Amino acid sequence: MCSLALFPPPPLLGDVTLYEGNNALVSGRVLETLPLPFQSQLADLPTLTIPKETLKAHSRLEHSTKPAFIHHRESLWKRCINAWRDVGVCGVLSEITSAEEEVLQWVKTGSRYALAVCHWVSSLHGSLFPHLSLTSEDMIAEFSQAVDWAGCSIRAFAWHPHTSKFAVALLDDSIRVYNTNSATVPTLKHRLQRNVASMAWKPLCASILAVACQSCVLVWHLDPTSLSTRPSSGCAQVLSHPGHSPVTSLAWAPSGGMLLSASPVDTAMLVWDVSTENCVQLQWFGGGGVTHLAWSPDGSKVLAATPSAVFRVWEAQMWTCERWPTIKGRCQTGCWSPDGSRLLFTVLGESVIYSLSFSEYKGEMQGQVGGPKTASIVADLSETTFETVYGEERIGGEVHSMVWDPSGERLAVIIRGNPGSRTVIAVFRTRNSPVFELLPCGFVQGEQGAQPQLIAFHPCFKKGALLTVCWSTGRISHIPFFFVGAQFPCFSPSHSPMASLSRSSTRVREQPLFSEL
Amino acid sequence: TTFFLAVLQVLGWRAAVGAAWAVLLLPPCAAAFVVLSSADLCRPLRWVSDSFNDLYTSYTIFCILLMSVVILVISIFNVEFYTVAPSIPCSRLALIGKIIHPQQVIHSVVHAIMGMLVAWCAAVITKGRFQFLALPCTASESLDAVVSYVCLNEYHLFFLLFGAFVGYSYSLLYLVNNMNYLPFPVIQQYKYLRFRRSLPQLVKHSCVESLYLVRNFCIAYYFFGKCCDIILFLHKIHPLDNLAGLLDLSLFYHTWLCGVFLLIPWYIAWLLFKIYATEAYHFPVQPTFAEETDQCLPKILSSNPPLIIKFLALQDLMLLSQYSPVRRQEVFSLSQPGGHPHNWTAISRECLNLLSDLTQKLIIHQEAAATNGRIKQPSPGEINKSLNFPGAAVIEEMAFQAHRSNVLPRTHMPSLVKSLSPLKTSTASDLGSSFGSPFTSPALNRKPGILDLNSPWHGSVQSPHIMRRGPKLWTSSSGGGRSVPVILLFLLCIMEKLNPEASIQAVFSDAQMHIWALEGLSHLVAASFTEDQFGVVQTTLPAILNTLLTLQEVVDKHFKLPHVSSKPPRISGSLVDTSYKTLRFGLRASLRTAIYRITTTFGEHLNAVQVSTEHKKRLQQFLEFKE
Repeated sequence: MCSLALFPPPPLLGDVTLYEGNNALVSGRVLETLPLPFQSQLADLPTLTIPKETLKAHSRLEHSTKPAFIHHRESLWKRCINAWRDVGVCGVLSEITSAEEEVLQWVKTGSRYALAVCHWVSSLHGSLFPHLSLTSEDMIAEFSQAVDWAGCSIRAFAWHPHTSKFAVALLDDSIRVYNTNSATVPTLKHRLQRNVASMAWKPLCASILAVACQSCVLVWHLDPTSLSTRPSSGCAQVLSHPGHSPVTSLAWAPSGGMLLSASPVDTAMLVWDVSTENCVQLQWFGGGGVTHLAWSPDGSKVLAATPSAVFRVWEAQMWTCERWPTIKGRCQTGCWSPDGSRLLFTVLGESVIYSLSFSEYKGEMQGQVGGPKTASIVADLSETTFETVYGEERIGGEVHSMVWDPSGERLAVIIRGNPGSRTVIAVFRTRNSPVFELLPCGFVQGEQGAQPQLIAFHPCFKKGALLTVCWSTGRISHIPFFFVGAQFPCFSPSHSPMASLSRSSTRVREQPLFSEL
Repeated sequence: TTFFLAVLQVLGWRAAVGAAWAVLLLPPCAAAFVVLSSADLCRPLRWVSDSFNDLYTSYTIFCILLMSVVILVISIFNVEFYTVAPSIPCSRLALIGKIIHPQQVIHSVVHAIMGMLVAWCAAVITKGRFQFLALPCTASESLDAVVSYVCLNEYHLFFLLFGAFVGYSYSLLYLVNNMNYLPFPVIQQYKYLRFRRSLPQLVKHSCVESLYLVRNFCIAYYFFGKCCDIILFLHKIHPLDNLAGLLDLSLFYHTWLCGVFLLIPWYIAWLLFKIYATEAYHFPVQPTFAEETDQCLPKILSSNPPLIIKFLALQDLMLLSQYSPVRRQEVFSLSQPGGHPHNWTAISRECLNLLSDLTQKLIIHQEAAATNGRIKQPSPGEINKSLNFPGAAVIEEMAFQAHRSNVLPRTHMPSLVKSLSPLKTSTASDLGSSFGSPFTSPALNRKPGILDLNSPWHGSVQSPHIMRRGPKLWTSSSGGGRSVPVILLFLLCIMEKLNPEASIQAVFSDAQMHIWALEGLSHLVAASFTEDQFGVVQTTLPAILNTLLTLQEVVDKHFKLPHVSSKPPRISGSLVDTSYKTLRFGLRASLRTAIYRITTTFGEHLNAVQVSTEHKKRLQQFLEFKE
């Protein structure tokens, strides 16, 4: 098993991790530039800072235009209809109960009792699934992959799967799309685009972005050649389904056709055929909802985490699922190996990474997920003390989010600190075939005082892997990992930056590693 | 045509199993009906015991048997009327034509009778005042009269008529909502799960619809009830055709329940038929035995099977291209002996033919829209006929579509009116030439190498000639009296407000086929990058790219036409599937995805493929993700 004790000590305070070369993470001062052979690789990637102060706060909290008009008391009948439309039965009952007009006394009493029964039933439901009693904003903050969703200026981040383009969702409910090849930065705003929890670009497509909002899923159709900086809200498709809000997670099928959306309050996840706006419910009771989705890169399986101590792995051909109860808490995050044969996941309340390996997907075994009987622990991330120049430093804790780079060689993990320790990003080297191996690589550190908020790997970085980190300060930085992939070795030596850097010595340690052998 | 029989037999068996399940689900429905109809909230214990006793009575069992027969009849009608490419009436006249077509009339009459039978069963099971049609008149003045008179129990009559009304409405809605259309599922799922997913929706839909039907029937009964009395000289004990009689809560409840009891088993039979018929069918790619040669996928695709088999074959192609490496390997394999890639050639040729047919159809549609400012397209039935069935097997849905070509003239109405005046006798040839032009347009250059003289693509070339015949038929029939047909035609023209949306839907009514062809082809091409050992796909790559890019151009142009909305209409999540209305959006998206799938897999290698400079430019845009 790999543990944090095997990691090299974190970089010096004030240093920033710059890149990985020759098998070691290199850190330095912020102003230090990358070595020359690396600069060309990253020349056009925008490193930007979006501080919280520059974002305009909500001008109006209320969504309707009600406050702009003089208050006018409507008749009870009208108010009841409005309440029915807005809230439902409970709204009507409470409206009748609180009515000042002359209503039949028995109607009033009856509705009071009915309301009490409603509250009791919902509290019973809430005691079974405590997350249902949260407000939708708290719920998104609870289940989002961002460390501090509510307080940080960046709420969601998504790389385009084929080009150097990414979208950033901000605290003020706007989304900015940065493209390395163009200077225009489209800003997406929509009436329904509130409290963005997650975003995903459609694969095999130029510019379609799905956004998980509080009340619906928005699908933006952006014209990649357009120079407009404010695409109209007519470019957005609204996908909504009753009872399916807030949406906290989205996943596109890697083959491009379908979109999965999940909400912690809806036990069904929805499969959308986005072009025709048709949706199919995949109902599976138990668990109380679906919080996080991860579609394996080969398109064969989908991880669906629930708010209770169980998660499911769906097989994406016949849509049957395997149920995985966990011991301690809910599944917080998970990621798939590039060939879809291995799932790494973490559980709330435990500081370990579990691994599940699935039998190779052949397609002939219809309707079988093909998982093993138990999950194995591959990494222990419990709190460890490191000796640094400035004294002891404690690192370790629960994992908040986890990403695996598309070549399957690096795994980045956000470890949320306990009160005594800080939130850090730990990076592992991984290999998936012929046997699974997990080796420590190092810690990634940002500027002083910056906590990692979100992490994502660039989907098509040629020279290894490129980790994009959104920091709590609003900074988005890119950390390249230069290596030669084991599976797809690069045959042109002139392109390899390794040759020019061989002089910088690195200490190669003999480490006990996690290996299946 | 004999080798389709095996597949059709399988389909027949599937329909039979579906019907059997529908019959098996009947007793639970009946039990629920018995329990609900004898609802007595004041004495719950007695209610439960009574309803259990009622379940085993001989007349309940007889009713269930009778209803099983009804379900079988309904299932037979489902099988006879289904279609995979819905015929969408482009105007009100066409809709009326459909309603008064003999086949539809038979459908309606049989459904009305079946409805009446079910309502009789419901009345018998409900018991109480509903049970008998005739009762002795106890309310008459003298005691002697009691013996001699038999009065009509109007409650019973009300039930029977309501049953007939529901049956007829069901048949009408079946037609109007295109419920005979078989929508293929977006995702593959097991039959049980699909059924379970739709069941709550089905129950809700039946309850709501029954409510509306009760309302409509009460209104009708109130207005027409009096007339019936006068005609039939009926003696009734409790007259119902007045307001007080109809405002009976118990009557209302039982009628509503009867409607629900009628609709749920019928919808279940319909749903099960849909689920069973659209289940994926596994065609072998390579025959294991010599006699199976006719049933394998390439053979089926390249012949002209009934449309349902073609749909199933294309669905299977899409599934195998996406999920099954072993079967993909069979597609890419060479024949033994000889070393020819027969499988791949047949499959790719058929897919390309389908796609270029669609290109043709769209160009005709666009030109028609451009020349006249409004859309005059040939009726889809006719196009289908000329495209897919050049003298091939005549099957059920063909018969259903064929009658539509009798109502054909509606699509040529403007030219009809013109052709009546002697000055413009050349309209017909004008029409022909306007349709003739696309065949000289450069966009239609057929890709070289895959030209097959026997391919159905050539059938589509003839469709303009068939269309030219339309106006002539009409002029000759109206040759006798001139003034009468002019007025008639004028009236028809008023009815004849072509709905642009409907006519576009009609063009894309069988687009599901093209979507699968696109997905299957693109997945196979993408997989060939790593799996094709002999390079069989490379030889057809230029043709595939040409076809896809041409279609892409035409589809893009189509969505820029006036009247064409660029966003799909909102689909309410109701039981009735209207996915045929949005097929064109699915086609546009999957076409784009298909091209991207090929370009992202092959990347820069595509620059070596021989395509025209225009297409090269387009490809470059796709490679740069700027399309």
